[in-house]
Amino acid sequence: MSRINYSETGLKVGLEIHVQLDTARKLFCKCPTLLSEAEAREVFTRYLRPAKSEVGEIDRAALLEWKKNKKYEYEAPVESSCLVEADEEPPHEIDEDALLVALALASSMNMRIIDEIHVMRKIVIDGSNVSGFQRTALIAVNGYIMDNEGKIGIQTLCLEEDAARKIDESEATVRYRIDRLGIPLVEVATAPDIHDPEQAVRVALKIGQLIRLTGRAKRGLGTIRQDLNISIKGGAKVEIKGVQHLYLISKVIEYEVLRQLKLLEIRVELVKRSVRPENISDNIIDVTDVFRDTGSKIVKKALSIPGGGVYAVVLRGFKGLLGIEIQPGRRFGSELADYARVWGGVGGIFHTDELPNYGITREEVQALYVKTGADPGIDAIVIVADVKQKAVEALKAVIERARIAVIGVPEETRAANPDGTTKYMRPRPGSARMYPETDIPPIYVTPELMEKASKLIPEPPEKKLEKYVREHGLSMELAKAVINDLRLDLYERLVEKYRGRIPATIIASTLVNIIPSLRRDGVPIENIDDYVIEDVLDAVANNEIAKEAIPDVLSSIARNPGKSIKDVIKELGLGVVSISELDELINEAVKKNMDKITAKREKAFQIVMSEVMKSVRGRIDGALVAEKVREKLKEILK
Amino acid sequence: MELYYGYSGNVARILRSIGVEPGDRIIVVLKDGTVFNGILMPRQVLYSGRPVLVLKLDNGYNIGLNIDEVSDLRLVSKKQVHHHGGVEAVGRAEGLPRIVLLGTGGTIASKVDYETGAVTPVLTPGEILEWVPELAEIAVFNAREVMSIFSEDIEPLHWENLSREVYKELVEGVDGVVIAHGTDMMSYSASALAFSIMNKPAPIVFVGSQRSSDRPSSDSAFNLRAAFIAASKGPFAESVIVMHGETSDTYALVHRGVKARKMHTSRRDAFQSINDKPIAKVYPETMEVRIVGRIIEHRGKNKKAQLKNKFDDRVALVKVYPGLQPEMLETLIDKGFHGIVLEGSGLGHMPNKLIPVIARAVENNIPVVMTSQCLFGRVNLYVYSTGRRLLEAGVIPGSDILPETAYVKLSWILGSVSRDLGEVRKVFLTNLAGEFNERHILDLYPRWNHE
Repeated sequence: MSRINYSETGLKVGLEIHVQLDTARKLFCKCPTLLSEAEAREVFTRYLRPAKSEVGEIDRAALLEWKKNKKYEYEAPVESSCLVEADEEPPHEIDEDALLVALALASSMNMRIIDEIHVMRKIVIDGSNVSGFQRTALIAVNGYIMDNEGKIGIQTLCLEEDAARKIDESEATVRYRIDRLGIPLVEVATAPDIHDPEQAVRVALKIGQLIRLTGRAKRGLGTIRQDLNISIKGGAKVEIKGVQHLYLISKVIEYEVLRQLKLLEIRVELVKRSVRPENISDNIIDVTDVFRDTGSKIVKKALSIPGGGVYAVVLRGFKGLLGIEIQPGRRFGSELADYARVWGGVGGIFHTDELPNYGITREEVQALYVKTGADPGIDAIVIVADVKQKAVEALKAVIERARIAVIGVPEETRAANPDGTTKYMRPRPGSARMYPETDIPPIYVTPELMEKASKLIPEPPEKKLEKYVREHGLSMELAKAVINDLRLDLYERLVEKYRGRIPATIIASTLVNIIPSLRRDGVPIENIDDYVIEDVLDAVANNEIAKEAIPDVLSSIARNPGKSIKDVIKELGLGVVSISELDELINEAVKKNMDKITAKREKAFQIVMSEVMKSVRGRIDGALVAEKVREKLKEILK
Repeated sequence: MELYYGYSGNVARILRSIGVEPGDRIIVVLKDGTVFNGILMPRQVLYSGRPVLVLKLDNGYNIGLNIDEVSDLRLVSKKQVHHHGGVEAVGRAEGLPRIVLLGTGGTIASKVDYETGAVTPVLTPGEILEWVPELAEIAVFNAREVMSIFSEDIEPLHWENLSREVYKELVEGVDGVVIAHGTDMMSYSASALAFSIMNKPAPIVFVGSQRSSDRPSSDSAFNLRAAFIAASKGPFAESVIVMHGETSDTYALVHRGVKARKMHTSRRDAFQSINDKPIAKVYPETMEVRIVGRIIEHRGKNKKAQLKNKFDDRVALVKVYPGLQPEMLETLIDKGFHGIVLEGSGLGHMPNKLIPVIARAVENNIPVVMTSQCLFGRVNLYVYSTGRRLLEAGVIPGSDILPETAYVKLSWILGSVSRDLGEVRKVFLTNLAGEFNERHILDLYPRWNHE
């Protein structure tokens, strides 16, 4: 795929960055902000239905979800959830710590803080919130941060509760765990001021870093999530949800631009072929007969279920277009299939641009054209094999999507795939369905509150950088790496803790050099939790191991999670060498190399030194060994 | 000071002067140049004192702006009036039972105005059906509001009205009556209906919700479906409460009103039967009614209901506690109260120094009933000497009746039956609606998980 000239496409990107806060309690109850992996003893089931006035106006996807009568099962770990998450008790007052962090962040991004903050209920009916809504509050508006290429507007900063974790999903039931529900999240939304993928990554990094600089951001998988709003000239505003990794951002943008460009090309081709939305027929044809004796396993399986059949629609003038690749590995046909899955709940579709294939023969395809009266030279046919009701819903959605193709790119909400491509999720919600959370009083932002928040305003990165170089003695390169590291808060805490006992350079290099280099060597560094790093540095501070042993100890613990550091030190034979042991070892080395010493005199230093180091490396400071060896040689040669 | 849609002072003055009302679109310019465009919201009276204007932005968020920061405020457009075309109730389906839904002002059915956030009750069959279409499969129903009052404001007088309305419906021949009622005082009202209408031909079902119906997770639709099923096909003809059986949306319980109690402030399964099993479980999904307890009165089309609906509002319910002063009870006697229900300690005791006051009440023709604040178990005044002295003083032992039920029953006896002490004692000790359970088996007491 050729390189895209982004300024020509008129690309506009806005970011929404969500970061979990590491507060002592959840946003609206007193539960700790912990995830629990233990099996939950308490499980309950619920159904949701659109609230009274919603019926008829609610977005179609939500209504569809409700009509499917989905059952939601909730695992409720007792250590990290209570009646509030179970929607069995009204919310408590908002967590002040989380509020202060949000206010501090808003200040650091030059935002206008709202004078009186109102907590709202945002209707979410997929079960991820037990109550059927997410509590969220707008904290500040109209700020900006600086990027290399100029100001990036920060439109809004919200403080909201995180949703429950999805554990499992089947056709009738979705299972969630409610430990994550209620963990405070800050959501920072930028203006659509970003014009290329690299800039998007840079801005995301910068905002993420700013939040981490408060020292109150959670780290680890799932603690930061990015949504992207992307549009190009002539295209449409598309919202992409759930980009979990920073490195995916540029890819997602690239692929989305590509997709919109390809869809526009398809539109041009359709117009050229004189296809108009009203030419696309609503007619859904039962073509089960064609597949009575099919060899296709998928079709056979669909026909074996009671009421199973094969249904088709003809897309006049679409021949060849369904096979056009619009993102790597995804064709225009995949877009139609997404619609069929979401609206009809079917497994997928077949279309004539990809047939014969999947066990469907050339003869069957020919029969299909005959049966539907379609022209094999210019028309495409889409078929779905499933029970009638689902197949019909699916094909209706396919027709609708095909009609939009003649008009252009649809505005929609898409979900990011792990490879950076995206798939259709649902239509973009209309005006947000929000109403006041009447159980929580509005919060008047007093000068006292702002005073408390001002203590949490993160130091600007430039200031920190300077401090690290001047006060901590880091090289500029090391200081930069620390500032960009996820464990920035850990670094600061450990520097304080080991002040005067371990130099800051050792702590910094453990975090930004040693651990990444272990990862390159294939060490499972995800097993290196904060407390492991702290245990190892404790051992250094207590002279139980030398700083040179840090990589070996970390690597060994990572490979044997759960093993105590004491055992690892013992097994690796890394116990610190005492001075008398060292003297003993030097004596032995001298004795062994007496000939060479008498011959080479002072120049024999290297020989003795390396002999001794062989047995003490990583267990005692090398400088001390050298000093001792020199002393000894001087003594002998005197 | 007069409020303007909840606003006061400077804010009210400014809003009034330019004639903007909640729902109108306005532009607010702050002194720092920030511009907000949104819908003016009404103010909650509790916060009227703050110099704050509340706006709903187009992204749905509400924000409060300090009026002192505002440099300009302009009306953009007046509120759009939305006409909501409600669906009318479906015609009578063949063979379905006929039910009436009476509203009392509880919030089981309400809807939210998404612009102002105001919650308003709904009670037309059309609107209810639009919200819970499943009801159409259970019964044909009518709905009307018989009063509009918070559950906590209900007084004995209201029971008289409610009884009359229910009685009218029963005489009309409905197959069941469903009463939407706030949960706080629901068990009192359900007890009142148990006594005020005797020989019921059909069930009287109280139903409410612990989570308001303006949220997707509300328990009201589930409870309403269960109540409709109980009212239309339950074989019992008693005054019952139908609410969630557990925190999950699996089944509802049918509690005998005189034996039910709200045992939790907020959980959906707050209602529990005390000293008796619930009558039945109802599964809304399958529309199954499974009888799990006793039925005191059976349904019967030809039964003729009897209405005796006077309640005496001069009855006191007094909790016994360490340090209870004799004056508390003296005052009741001196102020001319007609009856006293005591919530005694343990087996039904109270401080010995108060016993002479009890004797004085009885001498003054004031019946005194003893119940237990333990709730579980039965009063027994023979075990300790204090109990025997209370009996000697003339206390009526309330067996295993709930204190609240005893209060309602005494109020009803004094209002509808007699104020003669001997007659009151005799009627009180008669099991009229299952308010006494003579057999307590081992599993009538809840056990908690301790580990």
